[in-house]
Amino acid sequence: MARQMTGAKMVVQALKDQGVDTVFGYPGGAVLPIYDEIFLQNDIRHILVRHEQGAVHAAEGYARSTGRPGVVLVTSGPGATNAVTGLTDALMDSIPIVVLTGQVPTFMIGTDGFQEADTVGITRPCTKHNWLVKETDKLADTIHQAFHVARSGRPGPVLVDIPKDVQFASGTYVAPKSARVSHYQPQVKGDIGAITKLVAAMEKAERPIFYTGGGVINSGPAASQLLRELVDATGFPITSTLMGLGAYPASGKHWMGMLGMHGLYEANMAMHDCDLMINIGARFDDRITGRLDAFSPHSTKAHVDIDPSSINKVIRVDIPIIGDVGHVLEDILKVWKSRGRKTHKDGLAKWWGKIGDWRKVACLSYTNSKKVIKPQYALERLEALTKDRDRYICTEVGQHQMWAAQYLTFEDPNRWMTSGGLGTMGYGFPASIGVQMAHPDALVINVAGEASWLMNMQEMGTAMQYRLPVKQFILNNERLGMVRQWQELLHGERYSQSWSESLPDFVKLAEAFGAKGIICKDPADLDDAILEMLAHDGPVIFDCLVEKHENCFPMIPSGKPHNEMLLGNASTKDAIQAGGAVLV
Amino acid sequence: MSALKIKKGSTSHSAYELRDPNADIVERHTLACIVENEPGVLARVIGLFSGRGYNIESLTVAEIDHTGHMSRITVVTTGTPAVIDQIKAQLGRIVPVHEVHDLTVEGPSVERELGLFKVSGKGDQRVEALRLADIFRANVVDSTLESFIFEITGTPEKIDAFADLMRPLGLQEVARTGVAALSRGAI
Repeated sequence: MARQMTGAKMVVQALKDQGVDTVFGYPGGAVLPIYDEIFLQNDIRHILVRHEQGAVHAAEGYARSTGRPGVVLVTSGPGATNAVTGLTDALMDSIPIVVLTGQVPTFMIGTDGFQEADTVGITRPCTKHNWLVKETDKLADTIHQAFHVARSGRPGPVLVDIPKDVQFASGTYVAPKSARVSHYQPQVKGDIGAITKLVAAMEKAERPIFYTGGGVINSGPAASQLLRELVDATGFPITSTLMGLGAYPASGKHWMGMLGMHGLYEANMAMHDCDLMINIGARFDDRITGRLDAFSPHSTKAHVDIDPSSINKVIRVDIPIIGDVGHVLEDILKVWKSRGRKTHKDGLAKWWGKIGDWRKVACLSYTNSKKVIKPQYALERLEALTKDRDRYICTEVGQHQMWAAQYLTFEDPNRWMTSGGLGTMGYGFPASIGVQMAHPDALVINVAGEASWLMNMQEMGTAMQYRLPVKQFILNNERLGMVRQWQELLHGERYSQSWSESLPDFVKLAEAFGAKGIICKDPADLDDAILEMLAHDGPVIFDCLVEKHENCFPMIPSGKPHNEMLLGNASTKDAIQAGGAVLV
Repeated sequence: MSALKIKKGSTSHSAYELRDPNADIVERHTLACIVENEPGVLARVIGLFSGRGYNIESLTVAEIDHTGHMSRITVVTTGTPAVIDQIKAQLGRIVPVHEVHDLTVEGPSVERELGLFKVSGKGDQRVEALRLADIFRANVVDSTLESFIFEITGTPEKIDAFADLMRPLGLQEVARTGVAALSRGAI
């Protein structure tokens, strides 16, 4: 039934019909009619953030931990421009979010009106798609389209820009069912010929490896289940990118740990020496490949991706399979079983032997201290004291993020929220708010560095207002640790602008917001302090003062291949040459 | 384009993909995109080329279906085979883009461009310009006692050649449409 209503009411109705229960936002002049409608209803909960960037990251946290699109509502001009970082972050990590922005009325567009910005122009390169709605009659249809595009294919952020007069005017509402059918229907089934080719390669492979990524998580929980079944049935080793942690359980028999620049030695060595690489939902990112011309030189490479533009973008593959990870995994399993569940048993046994040798290097070992808390030790303790709980982990960006990926374990998908592609400092705290909103009874921890955390610290107000017991576990080294590490390795130990002067007293800061603050600097006190944090029913800022000059290892230096990893401080001298220094 | 000494796609008349994907040879390809004619669609296509560092040699856009609001964007671009493949995949990813065709590899195609040339001169120069225009089957669409505007249709190479000839004969202004192209034969 088509119904007449105002544009503002349509927005709220469309969100309800799309199953939205939470909106993260910040009001302003150009969205007041929509906020009026939000005031008049109780189905959708609005979370008032303290900065629009926080709204988008919170929506990302919500989306990543639930698999459903996160929704953001902000005003025109600065509201929209403040959302740009979050949109770019979501685009890089393929996170479905729908951002609704207010706009000056249509008759003022182009006049440089108050709080006017060319939102659609500014966000065109940082959204999967965006729309400016100029007629109220098209508003509901556009919002439904926006959800469809955000969710379909390779997920991503979309934006709908709604001028204020469109919000006030009346028009015809269309329900999702009667909305225009979009031509945008990405292919989900993989080509069965290519899948058969891959299975044939799997049967013969002596040194195979699964290299999985965020695409497995984006494909849904069923894809993770199928992946587990396939890995365990074939007995192939599996490694994952930062984005894909949790798709295969860390306690699983065939798990090798994360790969990449700060990935595990055994994972990177296996990638380099394998004869069959099966990339499932990852994109050969530069953090993964290292030097391209020396990337896994002797392997046959298969790549499963729903986005055709990911295939052959940086690495030429032998067996491209375009399709949804879940659908493709199902077909791989079906074909492999129907052909008699064959693998090269002898080759595999030898391969695992070699992997065992690499594991003996114990690349994550570090020198602990009784005097000062090592960041690795802090994460080991956090892991030990929380791993049996219903736990979600967010991170900011930097050394702490890599240590969290190395020392924390993930048994299930959607439990790990980190800014991978864009590397957005300030991501973790608002993301933890979004996660906690979606999972009110779960333990949500944001592993942070002090510098990253300060970038969106204003969201303490949001956490307090909605009584969200997010735990901010700050590894405080009073440094921009990763910047410092690169300056040590690459720039002659000239630590230009990379230490945090004038840091706040984090305990007092917590108390100023009405939250709990804990400081810990003695390794002997760490367990009790962590337990105190876990026991507190409310937001906690945990100021964990750690070793200031710890470097994150292992590390593939810029411009080096996988088999030339740095394992510790002893080997770092002149490790990166001029060619590598130019890389990020 | 001969003037740029760029080799054309080597398989323009083959049903098979014979190009070496790892080749470093820069090829010139004509791509046709069928897009929904919604606001900003051209900006999306152009933004893709500038944002990812691809080349545009020529670009032609017009609505081809007024009731269905569909437009055809013809882009002539250059790049190595890997870059060309990436351009096509990236174009296909844009939501309002319905189809992407690489006319250079999908079989024989017809490419045409229209050019307008304003040539001014007197006496023998003027006669010579008119004579050459006749050889190139260009039409005179405007004439004064000191000038002509010639309208010429053909491949970009033909229009280049005509421009080269007109230059010493008083060429003053040029307007070119960019390439419009269709594959030969029935679909």
